[in-house]
Amino acid sequence: MSDYSPALFLIVFLAIAIAFPFMPLILAALWAKYFSPAKPGPIKNATYECGLRSEGDAWIQFKSDYYLYGILFLIFDVEAVFMFPFGVAFLQLPAGAVVAMLIFVLLLVEGLAWAWAKGILSWK
Amino acid sequence: MDEGLRSELSKQGVFTTTLEDIYNWGRKNSVWPLQFGLACCAIEMIATSMARYDLARFGAEVFRPSPRQADLMIVAGTVTKKMAPQVVRLYNQMPEPKYVIAMGACAISGGPFKQGYNVLKGIDRYIPVDVHIPGCPPRPEALLHAFMTLQEKIDGQKLFGPNRARHLKASEPSEFVIPEFGEHDLVPPANRNIWRPPALTRSE
Repeated sequence: MSDYSPALFLIVFLAIAIAFPFMPLILAALWAKYFSPAKPGPIKNATYECGLRSEGDAWIQFKSDYYLYGILFLIFDVEAVFMFPFGVAFLQLPAGAVVAMLIFVLLLVEGLAWAWAKGILSWK
Repeated sequence: MDEGLRSELSKQGVFTTTLEDIYNWGRKNSVWPLQFGLACCAIEMIATSMARYDLARFGAEVFRPSPRQADLMIVAGTVTKKMAPQVVRLYNQMPEPKYVIAMGACAISGGPFKQGYNVLKGIDRYIPVDVHIPGCPPRPEALLHAFMTLQEKIDGQKLFGPNRARHLKASEPSEFVIPEFGEHDLVPPANRNIWRPPALTRSE
C-alpha cells in the first residue's frame, strides 16, 4: 500500500465531476462570445410561441372561489356514480341499504344547503 | 491549410479538418424543422418525414412544435394574407441560425391562387428564403432534394471573414418586419430589404 490518502481520490473525482458538466457550457459561452452573436428582440422574447401576438401577462391570477365550486361539483359528480347502480338495483335492495343510501344523499344535500346558506354559490 | 497538403497528409493516414468544416458538418446533419404546415404541401412534408421517404436519413426527423427549438421553417402551402403575420412572427421567434424552404408553387409565388385577393404572392416578400421548390404539391423527393440543397448551402457557409454566414454577423437582423392588416393589403406589402425581384424591362 502506498502512503497517499484516499481523500485525494475524492478531491480529484470531485474536481472532474464539476469540470465535466461545466466544460460544454463554458465552451458554448465562448463560442457565442467569439463567433455567434446573440440577437434578442421583443418578438423573439415574446411569451406566446404559436405565431399570434402575446396578449397580456403570463402571471394571471385565478379566483380562489373557483376551488369551492370545484369541490362542490366533485362531490355530486361522485354521488352520481353511486346513484346509478342504486337506481338499477333498487327493487332488489333490502330496506337497510335504502336507508343507508338515503343517509348518504342526505349528508351531501346537507353540505350543499350549508354552502348555499353561506352564500358560496353566488359568484362574486 | 491548402488542399494539396491536406490530400498529401490523408495519403499518409493523417486526416485533417478545420473548425469551419466540423461546425458545418454538425449543423447540416442536425437540422430540426418546425412542425408547421399550411395546406396540402404539408401532407407531402408529413410523407417525407415518414418511413417511406424517411427524412431521418438526413438528421432532420425531429419536427419541433416550438419555434424556439427549430432551425428550419418549411413553408408548406398557401400563405394567405391572414396567415402571413403569423408565419413571419414564428420565423422571428426561431433562434439563429435559421433557414427557410419555401415548398410548393403557393409558397414561392401564390401558385394557382395567385389571382386571389387574399393570397400572398410568395413568402419571400417577408422572410429570406434559402431554397424554393416548385410543384403543386412537390413530391417528397423534391423536398428531399431541397433539403440536400440546403445542406450544401450550410456546408459552404463561412465561419470567418466578411463573407461569413448571416447569423454570425452582429449587424444582420434576426427579426423581420411583421406585416399588419391595412385597408386594402398588408402593410408593408413587402419587405424591400430582403425582397428585390428583378426589374422587368419591356421593349416597346
